[in-house]
Amino acid sequence: MQNQKLAKQLFKKSKTARYERFGRLLCFSALVMIMAIVIGIIVFIATKGMSTFLKDHISVRDFFTGTLWNPGTKTPSGHAAVGALPMIVGSFLVTILAAIISTPFAIGTAVYMTEISPKRGAKILQPVTELLVGIPSVVYGFIGLSVVVPFVRNVFGGSGFGILSGTFVLFVMILPTIVSMTVDSLKSVPTYYRQASQALGATKWQTIWKVVLRAATPGILTAIVFGMARAFGEALAVQMVIGNASLMPHNLISPASTLTSVLTAGMGNTVMGSLQNDALWSLALVLLVMSLFFNLLVHFIGRKGAFSK
Amino acid sequence: MQLDANNHERFIYHFDPEENDIEMATKNLEIYYGKNLAMQNADIQFKKNTITALIGPSGSGKSTYLRSLNRMNDGVATVKGQILYEGVNINQPGIDVYEVRRRIGMVFQRPNPFAKSIYDNVTFALQRRGVHDKKILDEVVETTLKQAAVWDQVKDSLHKSAQSLSGGQAQRVCIARALAVKPDVLLLDEPASALDPVSTSKLEQTLRELKPNYTIIIVTHNMQQAARLSDYTVFFNLGEAIEYNKTRKIFTRPKIQLTDDYVSGNFG
Repeated sequence: MQNQKLAKQLFKKSKTARYERFGRLLCFSALVMIMAIVIGIIVFIATKGMSTFLKDHISVRDFFTGTLWNPGTKTPSGHAAVGALPMIVGSFLVTILAAIISTPFAIGTAVYMTEISPKRGAKILQPVTELLVGIPSVVYGFIGLSVVVPFVRNVFGGSGFGILSGTFVLFVMILPTIVSMTVDSLKSVPTYYRQASQALGATKWQTIWKVVLRAATPGILTAIVFGMARAFGEALAVQMVIGNASLMPHNLISPASTLTSVLTAGMGNTVMGSLQNDALWSLALVLLVMSLFFNLLVHFIGRKGAFSK
Repeated sequence: MQLDANNHERFIYHFDPEENDIEMATKNLEIYYGKNLAMQNADIQFKKNTITALIGPSGSGKSTYLRSLNRMNDGVATVKGQILYEGVNINQPGIDVYEVRRRIGMVFQRPNPFAKSIYDNVTFALQRRGVHDKKILDEVVETTLKQAAVWDQVKDSLHKSAQSLSGGQAQRVCIARALAVKPDVLLLDEPASALDPVSTSKLEQTLRELKPNYTIIIVTHNMQQAARLSDYTVFFNLGEAIEYNKTRKIFTRPKIQLTDDYVSGNFG
């Protein structure tokens, strides 16, 4: 008798248990919604992007290797003029060049902030890099247009619009991303690495170069990839300085275009469902796939580089 | 914390420098963290080719003292007074701390191999000093790993990451790494506290084998370890050396009541 009563009490759903279930449900539904949105975006872009090939019967090979971009018309040789190669090359060029220029500056800054003068780093450099993140990209583009473009024109010749100007603008834009993530990875290098190295008679510089930076390499690579992802996806600032000519870039100072700049320039001028519009979606699909690739890369590096203790 | 130095007894054994080879000594040492005096009254001499244990409760300043012996307190604490190494005061401006640390090596509490191969760990300091001759490096790796009694376990995996080693093996690789630059003095800061009893006894055996060629100073919380291993023992309390004598005497007939209380476990 006694036990049955107790069992009944224990099996009764209490108020707290209901709250518990409600909370779990709330979190789960938030998760489901976000997942649905992400999947929706991916599916939408994928179907739209694929319709260039499926509905309009443009060959994938023409799209990735063609160098003439004027959807709706045909090339002199009879292929449809939806060659995205100039934009893909442009995107990769600005991204890689910006990362190459940024990385040494970023590592130098981060080493100064964490290893050489942490106090001054925290007081002055930290706010400065945070400020750089907060500047809207249209402002970067505007500065690029009125400072960088004339500078490139005067020093390197040409019109000033082109890959080089885009690279310089992106260099400043991705610098804070790489710096702050490199700082994090340097800070996560255990202090005992530095102590051990110094106790062996290594100088501070040797310790930084051979121990701290080596140990932080996976983190620094992640930082660079994140910076590249940002550069690859940046649209407005690049569009303002690159010249927006869908031509194969022959040098760094002739007008060129990137995937994003063609997208922003063209999306207001096409009719939904037309070939011109579908071709733009295909560019968007390429962008999406690339950003997924960058994410996977970060994931892969992060998993390889975790500290053992 | 202001220490009241003069209201209790201390006993510090002094060697006769005529008859004994003194490797290291400290004189009028005062160590400050900011404005706080953390260590004083530690005029201690360390005899060549002996093992000296530094014991005392947590916060007694023994690690602080040890770290100042090879200038690892630079930038952390202010060290005043003389630290004599072979009669030369190494606590003065103009001294090359990197050379000091080459001659006075240090092994830390937690095994701290770099994220490199065992080989690169052991040869790290030599390579930083410009030694890149593979023959010399190979030889150093073999000798020091043998000295540290870990050669047999790692000889087939020299190019694997040192971080995959067990705690005891990693600690002995760290000792080999410290020996690679041929120091005269080896400072060990609780080297066995992260190790199991078997690894600990192997480590102690290693240190005993190193004794004929090195002067070893070891901080330990384990009093049996100090008693087993060391020739001389310093007892620290509240930032000063209370008693310094032969280990046997410290553990059987200490001259100071405080030491007696500590080694017999009646402390506090």
